Amino acid sequence: MSKPNPTDLKYTNEHEWAKDNGDGTVTMGITDHAQHLLTDIVYVELPALGKQVVQGKQAAVVESVKSVSDVYAAVSGEVIEANTALEGSPETVNQDAFVAGWIMKIKMSAPAELGNLMDAAAYDAFIAESH
Amino acid sequence: MLKTPLYDRHVQLGGTVIDFGGWGMPVQYTNVVEEHRTTREKAGLFDICHMGEFQVTGPDAFAFLQSVVSRNLEGQEVGQMKLSVITNERGGIIDDLTVYLMSPERYMVVTNAGTKDKDFAWFLKAKADKGYANVEIKDVSAETGKLDLQGPLSEIILQPLVKDDLAPLKFYYAMETEIMGKPGIVSRSGYTGEDGFEIYAPWDFIGTVWDKLLELGAPYGLKPIGLGARDTLRLEAGMMLYGHEMNEDITPLQVVYGWVTNLEKPFIGSDAIRHEKEVGLSQKLVGFEMVDRGIARNDYKIFKDGQEIGRVTSGTFCPTINQAVGLGFVPMQFRDVGTEIEIQIRDKMAKARIVKLPFYKREKV
Repeated sequence: MSKPNPTDLKYTNEHEWAKDNGDGTVTMGITDHAQHLLTDIVYVELPALGKQVVQGKQAAVVESVKSVSDVYAAVSGEVIEANTALEGSPETVNQDAFVAGWIMKIKMSAPAELGNLMDAAAYDAFIAESH
Repeated sequence: MLKTPLYDRHVQLGGTVIDFGGWGMPVQYTNVVEEHRTTREKAGLFDICHMGEFQVTGPDAFAFLQSVVSRNLEGQEVGQMKLSVITNERGGIIDDLTVYLMSPERYMVVTNAGTKDKDFAWFLKAKADKGYANVEIKDVSAETGKLDLQGPLSEIILQPLVKDDLAPLKFYYAMETEIMGKPGIVSRSGYTGEDGFEIYAPWDFIGTVWDKLLELGAPYGLKPIGLGARDTLRLEAGMMLYGHEMNEDITPLQVVYGWVTNLEKPFIGSDAIRHEKEVGLSQKLVGFEMVDRGIARNDYKIFKDGQEIGRVTSGTFCPTINQAVGLGFVPMQFRDVGTEIEIQIRDKMAKARIVKLPFYKREKV
């Protein structure tokens, strides 16, 4: 039911995706699997620009009608952009979690952390296991 | 985990089953927003078998109930449903429940699921304390199945299953009839703010009724609806939920149950409530809508000018009005419609405004 996990992205075990932009920055969001579990997303609390985030620590919040879920930073660094389009249309995360539903862009402080993340095949297996 | 007769059907229908007060109940089948809209626009079917039903019968039934519930039952017509509360000696709400007069000296009382056992114990204790010999109180929850069919198309979907004509049945009235050939009760009432019915049929037959309704209702867009949408629907309609807006330390005057509380007659708790009315209330439940972005949730703090003044009891994003709203308690001086308050959402203060309840009201045809 969920969309396939793109092979050019990396994944966390909290169901975030991260895209290495190749310029020291990473764009991240939550996976299609995550939006599927959350269902109707009605609010996204974006991080403030300039906020220092730490890999695996809370960086944003996604709320469905019935639940509040933390979004954890896929990498450590400084938030340099947030997807303000989600303020008016949070449902974009449901519709297009991997592209238009991106949440923030982080300037990495420790690029080696990318190595802690799963590739698509490992994430596929991780999802299958947790079922 | 307790299971209703429909448990396997919920799983089969793809429902996400959660523990709700000890019962395995579907919180959603697809998603809350979709199920909410289906109910408002077409019709939704809810498994409510977990709720409690008591039979109260005998020559003392009226006098007994009159001494326990807050509503005045005098003049109640056969079939009429009266929403009420039962309170402790301090006026605190033990439960909110509905009282139906089914025939002279025979009542049906419908309670919340999580409070059913304490309600029953309370009834038995009150009967003993007050010495009513000629009333029998029977917990028939285990043999009584209940479905709620809610939404504008409910009547047209339900009619073929029911022996009697539904059209003349008024809101807050019930009738004993046959449902698919078996004895049952159909009440025009509900917990969504829409037209609709609460349907009572034997526990071991309710699955057959559920299946038939889903089959007949499919062309009209009828869907099964989980507890998630039940909660957004009731909140949008300004209805309260026991355990959130009500508990044994909260009186009916503090919430929106003044209208079901008759202080002209004595009932357990009435002295305390009358006293509270004389000296003035300490707090009042209000409805608010978010002005800033953000969603208030149960137990978030309410502030006014930097001072903490109360707590949110229910809050969510309501699909039909497309607005984040909530209910919460504030001191009396802040209860007026239009008052600006702030809700602490994580580390931020978000502006909200007290508004008139309900948040949503259906247009009556």
